Amino acid sequence: MLTYTLKRILQGIVTVWFIATATFVAMHAVPGDPLANQRATNEQIQRNLEQRYGLDRPVSEQYVVFLGGILRGDFGISFTQENRRVNDIIRENFPVSATLGILAVAFAALGGILFGALTALFRDRLPDLVIMFLVILAISVPSFVVAAFSQLALVDINVYLGFSLLPVAGWGTLRHMIVPSMVLGLGTMAYLTRLMRSSMLEITSSDFIRTARAKGLPPARIFLKHQLRNAVLPVVTVLGPAIAAITTGGFVVELVFAIPGLGRYFVEAVQQLDYTVIMGTTVFYGAFLVSMVIVVDLLYGWIDPRVRVE
Amino acid sequence: MSVAVRFSPADFEPVTARRQLQVSSRPSLSYWQDSWRRLKGSRRTFASLCAVMALGAMAVAGPWVWSVDPAAQDIDQISQAPAWPSSALIVPPYTPWAAVTATPTQAGDVVTNLRLAEPASTQAVRLVWEPVVGAAGYVVYRSVYDTAPDRALGLPIGEVLGADQASFEDRLDLEPRRYWYSVVVTDENRAEQSAYAALTVDTVRTVSAGDAELRGWVEDATVLAPGDQIDLPYHPLGTDYLGRDMLARLLYGARVSLFIGVVAPLLFVLVGVVWGSAAGFLGGRVDQLLMRVADFVIALPFLLFMILFKIAFGIGPGESGVFPMLVALVLLGWPSTARLVRGQILQVRQEGYVAASQLLGARTGYLVFRHMIPQTMGVILVTLTFAVPSAIFTEAFLSFIGMGVAPPTPSWGSMANEGIRTMLSHPHELLFPALIISATVLAFNLLGDGLRDALDVRMRGRE
Repeated sequence: MLTYTLKRILQGIVTVWFIATATFVAMHAVPGDPLANQRATNEQIQRNLEQRYGLDRPVSEQYVVFLGGILRGDFGISFTQENRRVNDIIRENFPVSATLGILAVAFAALGGILFGALTALFRDRLPDLVIMFLVILAISVPSFVVAAFSQLALVDINVYLGFSLLPVAGWGTLRHMIVPSMVLGLGTMAYLTRLMRSSMLEITSSDFIRTARAKGLPPARIFLKHQLRNAVLPVVTVLGPAIAAITTGGFVVELVFAIPGLGRYFVEAVQQLDYTVIMGTTVFYGAFLVSMVIVVDLLYGWIDPRVRVE
Repeated sequence: MSVAVRFSPADFEPVTARRQLQVSSRPSLSYWQDSWRRLKGSRRTFASLCAVMALGAMAVAGPWVWSVDPAAQDIDQISQAPAWPSSALIVPPYTPWAAVTATPTQAGDVVTNLRLAEPASTQAVRLVWEPVVGAAGYVVYRSVYDTAPDRALGLPIGEVLGADQASFEDRLDLEPRRYWYSVVVTDENRAEQSAYAALTVDTVRTVSAGDAELRGWVEDATVLAPGDQIDLPYHPLGTDYLGRDMLARLLYGARVSLFIGVVAPLLFVLVGVVWGSAAGFLGGRVDQLLMRVADFVIALPFLLFMILFKIAFGIGPGESGVFPMLVALVLLGWPSTARLVRGQILQVRQEGYVAASQLLGARTGYLVFRHMIPQTMGVILVTLTFAVPSAIFTEAFLSFIGMGVAPPTPSWGSMANEGIRTMLSHPHELLFPALIISATVLAFNLLGDGLRDALDVRMRGRE
């Protein structure tokens, strides 16, 4: 287990390095001068600004400085927001995105396992048909559409009730978080439901379930201990990529619900060619996602001992 | 004594082997025939296949059939909801209207006899009333909602000063609809009285002959006489916030969105197939190297890098930004297919029939084209079908956050982005693009599910 863990962590570090390099290359291929919209009124000021951001040095040197900064956990100063460090931007806004993402993943995982198990239990009967129809619908509707229409619905509900049941937009209390995290998690939940259903069906027809039945175990025990536990395994494997999809998919939900998360900063930074913020957020997100995948992999190795042998 | 045995020639005829040969009761089916039969058998899959083909036909032929310019603005019908074709009444050109004055004869805090001086039209609404003694002036309000229930008078659109003023002309952005006008008297401190006179006005869409010619509805203005009806350009799905025809934009948007949604998956699945089969077939060091590269690319946060790559390629002035998006999608999309194909190739390579074929002297090319590719084709096809909705989603997502196709090129995502800003007042501008994106993705998802079942080797020969 220890060697496996170390191997995965080492792989993760190399991956993060690759992400950082790819970001650096992509950023330096972007046409346009990041200082063009600065207040460089003459040559001297332009030179000073370039010096301040290290743009006067050769690209190879900038790359070394950039990697060194990452090693020290320092992403530099924002280009467009005077004297604001990228670290501060991440520190202030990432918790918001992370909270939203964690809630969404929790919602997706719980809902997916619950509905998947339900559909498998009621195979080809009404609950199965209804849920699977909703699932295919949820997979097919883009998240921004769901977000917009849930907002419209909330407005109507609040007007009808005469008081604010759940806020339509904004961030702060738990009540603000409910609808956005549900919207964000919906697509993943639908995907997990399908996965859970097929995995449940596969388990149900396996030999050890028949043995358990033959032994005369109570159905509830068979369901919980044998079916559910084994059927959840494939769901756990895709949780890593699911977290990745959800955190980056959060951009749109943050935009629609006016949530002050990191995604909005990234989009703004891209529009303003804010080099340091773009590189900082990308590397940060990349490292976060890679570590999430590793955590899920290790978790999986812990749940299912067969994996560790590989 | 010997018995003469007599043989007849017939005895030397060979005995015919009358083995009961097994006759197959129906002609054997090839893998693809069998799959096609199963695909046709599933009503849902067949319907989704038809829907996908209809969408393709719509994207190709749509803009010819409905040949309205998607960039043309109809300034008479902005943010128009879907409606029946409407027409306008031809009226004489606008002539200025002199304000009506009358000596106030009545006391009180509200004007009386509020009425229209002439039929209300979209050209002008002309109100007249009996003025009040001692009034400093009159404020005119206009509302698009009924003012009676909660005394919400709407917008103050004008004020006339002087007790003897008895008229107001409203020309502000009039639409053919019902308006609720209210006139409020102000006292010497210009404070508004609480009482108000109200009038409900239904405006008629009118246009002058000169304007009709200017907008290109008629060749020559002289054929129109006041009192004629003229048909307005018809927008079956309404117009957007700039007065552009929604149907035309949806059809052109289909070209953009479906082009990206279909061509990008085709390209990256192709790259993935080549990459994966090379890795799976060559094996060893090459395999390790190729797959390590794929691992790295797969680890990149997809949407962040879509945005980064898209801006790295840049959009010049006048370009639509479709090509950069295509390149970015291909660059980031291929590794999952490559992994899948490699796995398939490795699996097929171990099959007995491949070894048999090799023993019989089959060359590499023959092996690849006769055994490997047909065996993996089903999986590749299913991947391709499922890659289409995700590419459409990505395009819509990027256009939605303003990083996608550059305006004025219509795409479904950018239309949804524009529609979401006015979704409270004009929901149709969001609804139609959202519906068509969802329907397209739904069709491809159902088709993918059906194909997966139909091409599943384990399902062979079953209905």
